Amino acid sequence: MKKLFFKTLALTTVLSLTLTSCFKDLDLQPAYGLNSQTVYEDPNNYIHVLAKLYAGFTMTGNNGPAGQPDISGIDEGFSQYTRVLWNLQELPTDEAICGWNDPGMPEMNKMTWSSDNPWVKGMYYRIYFEIAQCNEFIKETSDAKLAERGFSESDQARIRQYRNEARFLRAITYYHLMDLYGKGPFIDENSGVGSFYPAEKSRTELFSYVESELLAVTPELGSPRFQYARVDKAVAWTLLARLYLNAQIYTKQGTVLGPPRYEDCVRYCDSVIQSGAYSLEPNYEHLFLTDNNLSSEIIFPIVCDGQFTKSYGGTTFLVHASVGGSMQVANFGIAPGSGWAGLRAKKNLPLAIDTADSRYLFYTTGQTLEINISTTFTNGYAVTKWKNLDRNGNPGSDPTKTFVDTDFPMFRLADVYLMYAEAAARNASNANQTLAIRYVNDLRERAFGNTAHNVTSITPDDILTERMRELYWEGTRRTDLVRFDKFTSSSYVWPFKGGDVAGVGVSDHLNLYPIPSSDLTANPNLTQNPGY
Amino acid sequence: MNQMLRKKPLLLLGALLMLSGIAAAQNATLKGKILDETGSGLPGATVQIVGTDKSTAADANGNYSLDGLTAGAMKVAISSIGYNRLVQEISLVGGANTLTFRLRPSSVNLDEAVVVGYGTAQKKDLTGAVNSVNSKDFQSGNIVSPEQLVVGKIPGVKITSNGGAPGSGSRIRIRGGSSLNASNDPLIVVDGVPLIDGGINGSANPLNTINPAEIENITVLKDASATAIYGARGANGVILITTKRGTGNALNVEFNTVSSYSVPTGYVKVLSPEQFTQIVRDSGTATQETFLTNSSTDWQREIFRNAFSSDNNIAISGGIKNLPYRLTLGYLSQQGILKRSELDRFSAGLNLNPTFFENKLKVDVNARFSSGKNFFADQGSIGAAIAFDPTKPVNSDTTAYGGYFEWLDTQGKPNTLATRNPVGLLNQKDDQSTVNRFIGNVKLDYAIDWVEGLHAIANVGGDFTRSNGSVYIPATAASAFTRGGVDNTYEQEVDNKLLDLYFAYSKELPNLNSRIEATGGYSYQFFSRFSPARPDINALGDTIVPAEFNSLTEKSLLSFFGRVTYNYKEKYLLTVNVRNDYSSKFAKENRSGIFPSAALAWRISQEDFLKDSKSVSDLKLRLGWGVVGQQDGIYEYGYIPNYSQGAITGQYQFGSDFYYTLRPDPYDPDLKWEQTTTLNAGIDFGFFNNRIYGSLDVYSKKTDDLLAVIPAPAGTNFSNNILTNVGSLENKGFEVTLGGVPVSRGDFSVELNANFTYNKNEITNLTKTASDTNDILVGGVSGGVGTTVQVQSVGYPAYSFFVYEQIYGSNGRPWAIGPNDITQPLDTTESIYVDQNGDNIINEKDLIHYKYPDGNFNFGFSANMNYKRWSMAFVIRGEFGNYVYNNVNSNRGSYNAVGGSVKALNNLVEDYLNTSFRTPQYLSSYYVEDASFVRMDNISLGYNFKPFYKDRIGLRATFGVQNVFVLSGYSGLDPEIPGGIDNNFYPRPRIYSIGLNLQIK
Repeated sequence: MKKLFFKTLALTTVLSLTLTSCFKDLDLQPAYGLNSQTVYEDPNNYIHVLAKLYAGFTMTGNNGPAGQPDISGIDEGFSQYTRVLWNLQELPTDEAICGWNDPGMPEMNKMTWSSDNPWVKGMYYRIYFEIAQCNEFIKETSDAKLAERGFSESDQARIRQYRNEARFLRAITYYHLMDLYGKGPFIDENSGVGSFYPAEKSRTELFSYVESELLAVTPELGSPRFQYARVDKAVAWTLLARLYLNAQIYTKQGTVLGPPRYEDCVRYCDSVIQSGAYSLEPNYEHLFLTDNNLSSEIIFPIVCDGQFTKSYGGTTFLVHASVGGSMQVANFGIAPGSGWAGLRAKKNLPLAIDTADSRYLFYTTGQTLEINISTTFTNGYAVTKWKNLDRNGNPGSDPTKTFVDTDFPMFRLADVYLMYAEAAARNASNANQTLAIRYVNDLRERAFGNTAHNVTSITPDDILTERMRELYWEGTRRTDLVRFDKFTSSSYVWPFKGGDVAGVGVSDHLNLYPIPSSDLTANPNLTQNPGY
Repeated sequence: MNQMLRKKPLLLLGALLMLSGIAAAQNATLKGKILDETGSGLPGATVQIVGTDKSTAADANGNYSLDGLTAGAMKVAISSIGYNRLVQEISLVGGANTLTFRLRPSSVNLDEAVVVGYGTAQKKDLTGAVNSVNSKDFQSGNIVSPEQLVVGKIPGVKITSNGGAPGSGSRIRIRGGSSLNASNDPLIVVDGVPLIDGGINGSANPLNTINPAEIENITVLKDASATAIYGARGANGVILITTKRGTGNALNVEFNTVSSYSVPTGYVKVLSPEQFTQIVRDSGTATQETFLTNSSTDWQREIFRNAFSSDNNIAISGGIKNLPYRLTLGYLSQQGILKRSELDRFSAGLNLNPTFFENKLKVDVNARFSSGKNFFADQGSIGAAIAFDPTKPVNSDTTAYGGYFEWLDTQGKPNTLATRNPVGLLNQKDDQSTVNRFIGNVKLDYAIDWVEGLHAIANVGGDFTRSNGSVYIPATAASAFTRGGVDNTYEQEVDNKLLDLYFAYSKELPNLNSRIEATGGYSYQFFSRFSPARPDINALGDTIVPAEFNSLTEKSLLSFFGRVTYNYKEKYLLTVNVRNDYSSKFAKENRSGIFPSAALAWRISQEDFLKDSKSVSDLKLRLGWGVVGQQDGIYEYGYIPNYSQGAITGQYQFGSDFYYTLRPDPYDPDLKWEQTTTLNAGIDFGFFNNRIYGSLDVYSKKTDDLLAVIPAPAGTNFSNNILTNVGSLENKGFEVTLGGVPVSRGDFSVELNANFTYNKNEITNLTKTASDTNDILVGGVSGGVGTTVQVQSVGYPAYSFFVYEQIYGSNGRPWAIGPNDITQPLDTTESIYVDQNGDNIINEKDLIHYKYPDGNFNFGFSANMNYKRWSMAFVIRGEFGNYVYNNVNSNRGSYNAVGGSVKALNNLVEDYLNTSFRTPQYLSSYYVEDASFVRMDNISLGYNFKPFYKDRIGLRATFGVQNVFVLSGYSGLDPEIPGGIDNNFYPRPRIYSIGLNLQIK
């Protein structure tokens, strides 16, 4: 019996020893890479997390041009921030048309999108990806957490500045949400990560939120142009000006416009202009070339680089998609045969610009002004504004000439001039009317190279047209048309508006994009926009 | 038997005469030979005179001899494992008698030991849905990987090969797929070692590293009561593979060789050069017409070939003292019908089964090693061959770009948007890999002396793979021209280590008329997958993307299991299993899963009213219930908030410097197991001494907490879709097997076996909230960007097609925006699709659920015939209700596919003549075709030569054809497409094989 007892004991001991070591083996961590705790322990990591917050506007994932995507279920090239934004802001307007048959694309041209449209979804989820990332960073960089981690005072100050920039990036993202969708689920750094159903904020509430965030962080941001591509005071002032210019639309209740905020618009345009940090680029074309980082007109660039910041969206998309027909690739700095032959101008655009105007950048050889078939590239003038060349005609840094170096100007001085002029034309009490006209003429003199086309007075409608001439194909048109109540109306039409070759008016509910049906299903606290 | 019939009257007369004459008993002897169904000697068969203790065993050649018998009438019983017991009335004369008997293999051997998890059970005691196939019933011919051996043989098991490429894998589904994002593959266990899940870099199919010639038996566990012992990995069924062991002391050498000749069975129907030229002239632009030339090339015939294969195996088995052994060496060289594709594999296997201490310690050592060299042909050439302009020649007049005709731009550089020359693609890409794999284990089974019937078992084993490969394309090749060619290498190491410690106990309780068996213990597995970072280099030596991060993922599984089987009076059987798994893939709170199961069986044929029945030889009723888990196929660290670093190409610029990015990845801290609950009821039956046999099973499988990637509420996680537990899926169906030996007369016998399965699959929930449905779009197709044709929706089978409903004209052709056909809409704004919601807009809201890829009905039918030394066998199987989306037609069946903006010409498929589509209609229901089929998988004829050299050398020759014919209404090349989307499928060839099997004793 003793023998039996000892034998059993030996067996059980052996078994239990092997067991305990095996239980520990169940806590496995990835061998390479950081997790949420280790990242924030090292003050040197913060700038890299911040880099991702900025990169959310230009990259589609961890790898350029594609790989380890940020959002899934949509082609990576179709989910890049500025590309989807551009599609939603330009294709349903009088400025651009795209000839591809990709899912959801024809509906953008014709304004027949539904809540399952892939572009509508792509923008929405890209916005919320950015918001979630910013929230996480803002949460981890709170004053309390930084103190608790025992960082030096200089590190803490530096990281606080990063936090303010992150708050701006979150604000501009909510701004885009508000502009495109009206309302949406609201999440901030206090919401957490995991399974819960965020509540909705209405458009007016989002307006107040964006306004309060911007007003809070602007005084803390860096001075204008303190470092290329970083968010500074001027970037925030420009967004505030844009916010106030459109305030009547954003705070609209039913069909009643909200209170006007043009005085606030003027005030912030003034801050940008009076800072003296920005001046107009003498040659308009140079704003859209690979070395546009040298320009002192661009206030907020979104970086694209042929070697280090690659995606199939951004300016890579704008350059390649605009080339087709008989256009010569060498004039755009891209590889032979690599024109994607998709985008052209609707006739309203070239007809609005004088051929002597240096902003008239169209390719007309073999192209017709009229568009009868939306899918044929030679229907409609091609636009030559965006290029992968520098001012000396040298192509960008990518040896395969695929990925474009040109940074995308999200905000530039010309836009601020025009916002000032429009606020003045709308009778903002603090606007200097002479200065307003001066600004418009500065743009016209830059455009024509002489004063022969200057103006002596301006109406808001004139500004709308001038914005088209100056800012076409830069992703602002839909917002402008909505502000002037011309986006859906039948009084102003363009080819394929409403699916009609000549263009017809459409229902007003299309002034807002629908909330994607997938989020309505996932979050029972959300409701759809009227009309969808 | 024939001899007996002739001699019987004579003998009877003789006996009567003798009896009437002389009353005294006479001495007699009886000798002869026992033969098996092929006419060879059956060693070891037992010959016994019924009612006496006179018996003997046949020798190695099947010869037997009995003395000391008494002349007269008697019954002789001959038996052998695996064969039906033969009892015959004979009459002996005085002196020498010679009688030869022939045994039929028993289709159902109830005493046969069947491998179940962690042990074996006798077939008659099985309580779960288990099917076992032995080597003599395997499919024959050119068989490269193990799963091909049982195609069409097991009800409820659907095996679809991924194509005709050498060594390509198969999609195996047992009773329908029960997962969406987790793996749907069954667990495969070789000699007690569960294999790694997932693929191996450089291998088309990890299973093709196991030589089918070494396999003795494949057993499939289908319902939860059988698979619950495998707990977390058993949700999709378990396939147990047992390799051949050495038998006894006699040295036995077996040499097997199969030579095969593969030929393509057909080609995709594309336009001929004449038809193509006519269409471009009729509908094309002036520019397009200038691209036409005068050559005539059948591109598909240029890339496919007839191919040779040779598979040779030698097995040496025997025993040295107490050590039975079996050593197998094999070499396979298989060419594919796509030029340049090939698989060469060397394999070696060793099984040792010594026993020590008077059989108290049994040791099983199994080792399998294989080294395969793959030559992958560029499968893009298949799509290119269908698309390439038939009016162009294969070679150009120049030596540029390898001398192949390529579409060039105005500067003489390859037109990057045009299709590449298919022959150029094939010949200029060197894509090779070497995969070395070792699977082995040592199992110790020690009979513990102080408790009778108790065994302690330890099993240590592993599955180790080392693979490496390279891809080379010269800088002059048009396909890689802009990047200067490709010169890349890759490596991977995949390891799986296993340790099982358990006991097995069996005890007879005679006073309770019962037997109890118990097994319990624990199992630990550790998996790792490593590949080093490699740069992307071109053929000129430039680094396109520098090497960045190594990749290492690990996971572990710790389990406790137990099983108790209670057998009362050999009539009532109860099995209860429990398994507790801990997985490293989930957070501590969710790590543990408990998987129980219970099953009852009632051997009605053992009841008194049926026990002595001559007609009913087996009748068993089975009921089983169980819960199993699933966690394979998902990311190893899904519950941890990881941060990943961006690559060098994904940086952001501040000032004049670029900074790499750090991004939080989406995660679900509450991630846990999928659970599948199965109910199974079955009847096994056998009539007339199992001359007719079969079974009927009815089952229901419900998966809950389905692991699926669904949209998270926007903003609540770090991506729009996250992997989380949501939803449910159901599979319900029944399986019928019927087999029998309808003819068994003298030298001629026929055995037939049919199986039939019905399975219905439905997603029952896909949201975390009670409302609505999440539609998850899946099924990407070629053409457009991001076009998908399938969807996961509640109330429909998984992967249902999600398309627009096409409108057809009175001539049966689909409406198209086109000219000249009065049954088509002339007004270009009238839709060619049904506007489901009547809002005059055709958008995503008008898509409908239309059919699905996995058919509800499957059947298999096998026949085996033997006549003297000849044998013949064939296997036919089929599927009904399966649909396939013809992506070849949807991509190349509209005029737009000729490629207006691309400055080149692409060919169209013949289907274009039927539709006249101008622009591609990827989402038309026209392309979702009925792909129900009946296929003859193989037919073979064999001859067993008379043994020579003192019966010590046996020779058998076979001739067979695989993929004999397919009957189907599907318009594409092959109706059997795993996943249901036909896109440039590597065609399955028809294979003619000649085999020789030589046995030396």
